[in-house]
Amino acid sequence: MPYKIGVYVCHCGTNIAGMVNVEEVADFARGIPGVTLSRTYKFMCSDPGQALLQEDIRKNGLDAVVVAACSPLMHERTFRRAAQEAGLNPFLVQIANIREQCSWVTEGKGAATEKAKALVAAAVRRAREHQPLEMRRVEITPSALVVGGGIAGIQAALDLADAGVQVVLVEREPSIGGHMAMFDKTFPTLDCAACILTPKMVAAGSHPNIKLMTWSEVEEVSGFVGNFKVKIRRKAGYVDHDKCTGCGLCIEKCPYKADSEFEQGLAKRKAIYLPFAQAVPNKPIIDKNACAYLKNGKCRVCVKFCEAAAIDFTQQDRVEEVTVGTIVLATGFQAMDGRRIPELGYGRLPGVYSALEFERLNNAAGPTNGVIQTRDGRAPRSVAILHCTGSRDENHHRYCSRVCCMYALKYAHLLREKLPEARVYNFYIDMRCFGKGYEEFYKRLQEEGVRFVRGKGAQVWGGAEWKAMVPAAAVPEGLEDHQLVVVAEDSLLQQVLHVPVDMVVLTPAFEPRFDAEEVGRRFLVSRGADGFFLEQHPKLAPVSTTNEGVFIAGACQGPKDIPDTVAQGSAAASKALSLITRKEIEIEATTAHVQDELCSGCRTCIGLCPYNAITFDEARKRAAVNDALCKGCGTCVAACPSSAILARHFGDRQIFSEIEGLLSL
Amino acid sequence: MSQAKLKVGVYWGASCGGCDVAFLDIHEKILDVIQVAEVKFWPCAMDFKYKDVEGYPDGYLDITLFNGAIRNSENEHVARLLRKKSKLMVAFGACAHMGGIPGLANFWSKKDIFASAYLESPSTENLQKIVPQVETKVPEGTLKIPELYENVRTLAQTIDVDYTVPGCPPNPEQIAIVLGAVASGKLPAKGAVVGASDKAMCEDCPRKKKELKFKKFQRRHLTHPDPEICFMEQGIVCLGAATRAGCGWRCIGSNMPCRGCYGPLPNVTDQGAKILAAIASHIDSEDPEEVERILDGIPDPAGYFYRFGLPLSLLHRRHLGDR
Amino acid sequence: MSFEPKIVGFLCNWCTYTGADLAGTSRMKYAPNVRVVRVMCSGRVDPTFVLKAFREGADGVLLGGCHPGDCHYQSGNMKTLRRIPLLKRLLKDMGIEEGRLRLEWISASEGERYQRVINEFVEQVRALGPLNLEVRKALPKKSQATA
Repeated sequence: MPYKIGVYVCHCGTNIAGMVNVEEVADFARGIPGVTLSRTYKFMCSDPGQALLQEDIRKNGLDAVVVAACSPLMHERTFRRAAQEAGLNPFLVQIANIREQCSWVTEGKGAATEKAKALVAAAVRRAREHQPLEMRRVEITPSALVVGGGIAGIQAALDLADAGVQVVLVEREPSIGGHMAMFDKTFPTLDCAACILTPKMVAAGSHPNIKLMTWSEVEEVSGFVGNFKVKIRRKAGYVDHDKCTGCGLCIEKCPYKADSEFEQGLAKRKAIYLPFAQAVPNKPIIDKNACAYLKNGKCRVCVKFCEAAAIDFTQQDRVEEVTVGTIVLATGFQAMDGRRIPELGYGRLPGVYSALEFERLNNAAGPTNGVIQTRDGRAPRSVAILHCTGSRDENHHRYCSRVCCMYALKYAHLLREKLPEARVYNFYIDMRCFGKGYEEFYKRLQEEGVRFVRGKGAQVWGGAEWKAMVPAAAVPEGLEDHQLVVVAEDSLLQQVLHVPVDMVVLTPAFEPRFDAEEVGRRFLVSRGADGFFLEQHPKLAPVSTTNEGVFIAGACQGPKDIPDTVAQGSAAASKALSLITRKEIEIEATTAHVQDELCSGCRTCIGLCPYNAITFDEARKRAAVNDALCKGCGTCVAACPSSAILARHFGDRQIFSEIEGLLSL
Repeated sequence: MSQAKLKVGVYWGASCGGCDVAFLDIHEKILDVIQVAEVKFWPCAMDFKYKDVEGYPDGYLDITLFNGAIRNSENEHVARLLRKKSKLMVAFGACAHMGGIPGLANFWSKKDIFASAYLESPSTENLQKIVPQVETKVPEGTLKIPELYENVRTLAQTIDVDYTVPGCPPNPEQIAIVLGAVASGKLPAKGAVVGASDKAMCEDCPRKKKELKFKKFQRRHLTHPDPEICFMEQGIVCLGAATRAGCGWRCIGSNMPCRGCYGPLPNVTDQGAKILAAIASHIDSEDPEEVERILDGIPDPAGYFYRFGLPLSLLHRRHLGDR
Repeated sequence: MSFEPKIVGFLCNWCTYTGADLAGTSRMKYAPNVRVVRVMCSGRVDPTFVLKAFREGADGVLLGGCHPGDCHYQSGNMKTLRRIPLLKRLLKDMGIEEGRLRLEWISASEGERYQRVINEFVEQVRALGPLNLEVRKALPKKSQATA
């Protein structure tokens, strides 16, 4: 046996050693042909653990190293790097996963130890077949794509642009700003959302290093880290923004209206419109479904009034292609549609509002100029805020949406401030006030006379409905037909309450965007069980994804408040920046390779490669793999009927040896 | 001619005799062969006795070309004997190489085969239900016949083999080349497959080929394939892409798809699994039910993919379990 | 003593292997019978690997890949989706019960599902009994020539 293999069995404290008899595994490994030394160590990933391995490589001239420890997804890189520093090609390291897939999941020390032995036997046999490989280096395009112009995307784009990186910021809506632009005040400091967001929006819109593409969507992503090729659809807005001066005369004169998306349908906007006054870019687009000219060929009032001649009804969608080195996904969330919980009356009872509707109602720039009133114009004398609408709910979303408790407190405060006479109820399961200054805010609200009911608002009935349904004795005194009755169990009093109110505000759950699945596929980012994008590691790689070079930030990763969202935006920017400043990146050496002397030109592999990395030389009748495009999936290798394609590091012989090892005991 | 002629043995195990005929198919080149070779042992062509062979000193024969699979105790006995008496042992032809057509017996048990051959076939009348026994007592004494084995084996699964010449039968032109190489002493490395290419049939195949995509599979006998176009592109499973070239594309030239008799390519472990992977990868559907419907067009995948190579395949034989 | 099946699992790096790791981090206990070979994509799983596993003594083989549409390499799992039905037909012809080969799509977040699939599959193979493949008796040791 030409090989000198070192085997290292990690205790991982008691994580492994508590369930696997590590000494027995090390003794067993010593008996496998090719193994010259076998040790156990408390923490192989620690500095002394790595030093131990490096010293053995140097002193004993090890040809290969097997580390039986945690998952290779955890520390393969660590041990590869350690080996490389000691002069051993990093691909001569093999990991046996005896923690995540053995000690942590197996009941019984005997069974766990046996399984660990089999995994070590497989790793040793595989290691005997390993070949040294060289990592490939490619240049990184020093630019970034940020998808989504909410506060996460704006923050990421600004951080990157300030560092000198060329940024393309793509936003699906006509303006950047996202959900935050809809808010009036922000908890717990009650500072005005517009006051802190607008300057950032303007900065993003005017930054020399940011190319803003609003009213645009990413259609296709190809390439790989360092050189992503992205196709972006620029939707037709029928206004030439290069000519438009943003004077707003066209909006004023446009005779046609539609429901304002930004105002949650509580107000109208024109067919040619800015979603809101502070929109960036501050130039309108035309809604083709509302514009009379685009629908029926009549009108053209805007054309008449536009001195800049910026209206262009011939505009078509066009697709622009950009090349970027890295991508930040900040596509945000959507609020759950309250109608999915019919018992809460949303959509049926006019007095029931969603949180975003309430935000607009309360906003000084909103449809009522900040006057809190019901749809029929009355000032509510009592308001119930129901927590956990669809969150922490087995029927809808099991997760907590994390911000509802806090903005419910904010609403209660604003209501008390604007309508000091009104009774304000918070129906909650638990109060979750975990952030900086949050608990203090809660305490403050308790002192402001807000009524807290520990019990989930279960049902909301119209006053008239309620009267028709229950015996007269159960009708609260003075209940009017236009009022509402909230049914909830006060779990502290253990008593069912029927609370008459004038207004109900729901706190709908944060949900992944309706097209998160499609977007995830486009960017090769996986999603968790909750449907949000999945980070590479929940603690140690919170903004990275399994697709190298693609980072995630903000609520597309899961519900979060503004401080966390901004922090993630900056975190993603800094990850992207640290990638770009490397100028070059090493990419996997584990690609496929056609062995010319065995290829018959049968063309079986042609058409199987998702990256078009395989080309066919018609003159020589041979296939060839383009190393720069191959990502090493091995599909062509499995399909090649001549076994003429070699999968580096995942070759037949390596895998056969692994199988033999796994089944050797 | 200063050099002594090569002493050549030719033997058949479980085979049809086609390989022996292939020697004659070299036609006038036989004259070249006899310049360098002298046939010492060839029971198919002339009468030899085993005791003649037993009488040879070890290594007496320079080379033995062994065709046929190992199916019974006689095949094995003679294979071992010839191994001892030969300097070089060549597995000659698909049966010795991979089991060949006799290897298809590995789809059945010995019991099944006896039942079919001696009891159940429509042409059999065997009222006493007699099946062959290794030993039969008759008044004159005990009669012995070779024992039929449960499994058909390749030659290399039985004895140490130096070279393999594939094919059913091997292309006659290759025979002279092999003997010539031995006579000249220019021997390839032990274990080599000689008389065949290291590349698949597609290397030699003259048919036009563009893009693979299976919407449906066709069986050869139910269709009239275009002789100019790749069989696979016409939905006919051809083993050419998973089979060594060297036969002179006799089947393909007769508008028959390759059956795989030249066996797997150098790096391939299982010829059937490889053709399976190649064709299935190109089924033109992502709907599991439609995939199943399309696959109904290959009614006997194991028989088709292992027509010549079942005993050499990873699974070697049909697993009978407790049957 | 009850029969303990030996099962080889070929898991794709991005979905099922990660899902298996998640089952580990979540300390979900499951049967120890499945021993895993990590491949980058289920599309790398050459049917030869499956035959090789049976040849080496596996009683069952599990293949794990990303859900259709979620493949890290866009469509590698689709090649697997096509190969496995044909491989199952071949295995059936070879006298190996279909139930000994299982293909499952398990995502990186489905640790619970991985646990369930492993436990189910181990019981399924246990019910089928030991494979005791005859080739292992017929051609013991290394007599299998691969020329």
